Amino acid sequence: MKYILMMNTMRAGAGVPAWPKADLQAHIAFMLNLNRDLRDSGELVQAEGLSFPDQARQVRAGKDGVPITDGVFPESKEFLAGFWIVDVDSPDRAYAIAARISAAPGPGGAPLNMPIEVRPIMSAPPPEML
Amino acid sequence: MKYILLMSSTKAGVSGYRTWAQSDRDTHMQTLGAIVKGLVETGEFVATQPLAEPTEAKVVRGENNGLPVTDGVFPEAKEFLLGYWIVDVDSPERAYAIAGRISAAPGPGGIPTNMPIEVRRFA
Amino acid sequence: MTEAASTSPWDPASEHLLRELAPQVLGVIARRFRDFPSAEDAVQEALLAAFRQWPREGVPENPRGWLIHVASRRMTDMVRSEIARRDRETVATPEDEPAVEPVDKMEAEIEAEMDPEDTLILLFMCCHPALSPSSAIALTLRAVGGLTTAEIANAFLVPEATMAQRISRAKQSIRASGVPFRAPAPQERGERLPAVLRVLYLIFSEGYASSIGATLQRLDLAREAIRLTRSTRALLPQDAEVAGLLALMLLTDARRRARTGSDGELIPLDQQDRSLWDQAEIAEGTALLTLALSKGTVGLYQLQAAIAAVHDEAARPEDTDWPQILALYELLLRVAPGPMVTLNHAIAVAMVHGPASGLDRLQALDGDERLSGHYRLSAVRAHLFEMLGDFQQAIHHYRTAAAGTTSLPEQNYLIAQAARLDDAHKEPPNRQAPSES
Repeated sequence: MKYILMMNTMRAGAGVPAWPKADLQAHIAFMLNLNRDLRDSGELVQAEGLSFPDQARQVRAGKDGVPITDGVFPESKEFLAGFWIVDVDSPDRAYAIAARISAAPGPGGAPLNMPIEVRPIMSAPPPEML
Repeated sequence: MKYILLMSSTKAGVSGYRTWAQSDRDTHMQTLGAIVKGLVETGEFVATQPLAEPTEAKVVRGENNGLPVTDGVFPEAKEFLLGYWIVDVDSPERAYAIAGRISAAPGPGGIPTNMPIEVRRFA
Repeated sequence: MTEAASTSPWDPASEHLLRELAPQVLGVIARRFRDFPSAEDAVQEALLAAFRQWPREGVPENPRGWLIHVASRRMTDMVRSEIARRDRETVATPEDEPAVEPVDKMEAEIEAEMDPEDTLILLFMCCHPALSPSSAIALTLRAVGGLTTAEIANAFLVPEATMAQRISRAKQSIRASGVPFRAPAPQERGERLPAVLRVLYLIFSEGYASSIGATLQRLDLAREAIRLTRSTRALLPQDAEVAGLLALMLLTDARRRARTGSDGELIPLDQQDRSLWDQAEIAEGTALLTLALSKGTVGLYQLQAAIAAVHDEAARPEDTDWPQILALYELLLRVAPGPMVTLNHAIAVAMVHGPASGLDRLQALDGDERLSGHYRLSAVRAHLFEMLGDFQQAIHHYRTAAAGTTSLPEQNYLIAQAARLDDAHKEPPNRQAPSES
């Protein structure tokens, strides 16, 4: 069964994390190891990191097919930082993976305990069938 | 360049969608389907994923004694992801144009829903 | 392709052979049938048939003849269905129908018509300026590179159906542009060659950039680019820029193993373990460059290769001949000016005349709308402020750059630089929260 695991980031303009270098490296290494393990177990379908929210655009339909691209996001908006799609044998396994992501180390090596949203997904039908 | 186009809503928004006439819902879905088909034809389509309303969603926060700490409560007003499209395009403008078309998908009475679509480039 | 795996492994030599033969077969069939798009489909099918059958039955005695046989059968089938379709729809006059000759006679003739120039013709067609870079890259990799759609899709991380469509549309654009299957005339060649070199260089860059932290399954695009450029050089041995491009690729690729750390992190030039550089590639690249420069012209790729060569010949970063690099960038600014060249030039200025001079150069770029807000400008600025000793400015610009980049390894690198400086040069305590430990 497939799940999407979503990790949010700080708001736009809050800047990049200002942690000590060793802590940053530990965080990066943690994520690399996680992905490697998920690949080895055959559970990883897709893992993506998104660019910083500074680059985000809110787009609405405009007139005559020209999109409006300067929309302003709400102050309180949380931005998606990255997501994983996993194919696992049970919901508990999906939660366990999410828990591991959540516990990624932050400043001082302490687990961040980020909230990771876990949602079941069905495979989207192939485009030919739409 | 790969972009992800995100469509979000709230529980209220989804409840509103459920009050549309069936024919309006069908037209809306057909429009989105045609957009995806068009993207396959232009060689820009990478992936799309609809997500259902998050009644089955869990928020997981860390581990306690090796077990995930889960919380199934999804606040009423909180925005959640409805679905996304991933495209591989030659320019940001092309990504915005595609997002604009998704945003223009018709709602009740054939009027464009004008939903805001968040456009993010992959790192 | 859903055939069961063959019992014998598909060996690299056969795979290489197929890729070499693909453009040769395509060239001759496209010319004979005067239909490049269909010929390209037919040759793809022949390649896939070879992938299925050769591991089981062994490589045929005349592999090229085998491919021509399968591809021309496919073409005649397509021609026959086309005729049948038109017969159903119209009354065809005899002049409309291409003759469907006896296949064996045709195949023997086809093989005899093989012309080494064909691969060059294909290169020019696939890199036609009418195509977008991504279309040209996809089509070149399939038609000239002999790669399968699945391999190309995998290399670019898009679904196979998407890549198939991209290539199909590229061929339709070529057909619509009416480009004949013929070598460009000599004066045209000079105009068209830069487009070819640009596509080859883009393939290399894509391969080189994505080699950081890449999973093993992906096709090595950088190696493919080098292979295709070698083929191009064999077809145009007198051309200095082709030699220059190959030299640039080799001199850059030589550093590949030193570029990535054990955690997949990006290691910049001045921190690389140079014992990991591939000396054979450096030697080959340098020799090629010398040859290219001796032709008397000085082009964009030769200059970039020369810069790479100066870096590659330094045993240690401090041995780098920066004045020579500066002179080369000054030439490059005249031959191929652009914001990226200006940025790199500013770094060279800083290395020779000091960081303050480099920073002055960057100020001129703030007004350039192609670059303003671009993360690279911030990244270079940060580096120069660090050289100058203004660490708070450096940290600020590294973080700005990190927020603007769209490459995860680069983002990690830039954040780490800021962190390194922050760790080493903490602000006075009354301006900051107590540091965690």
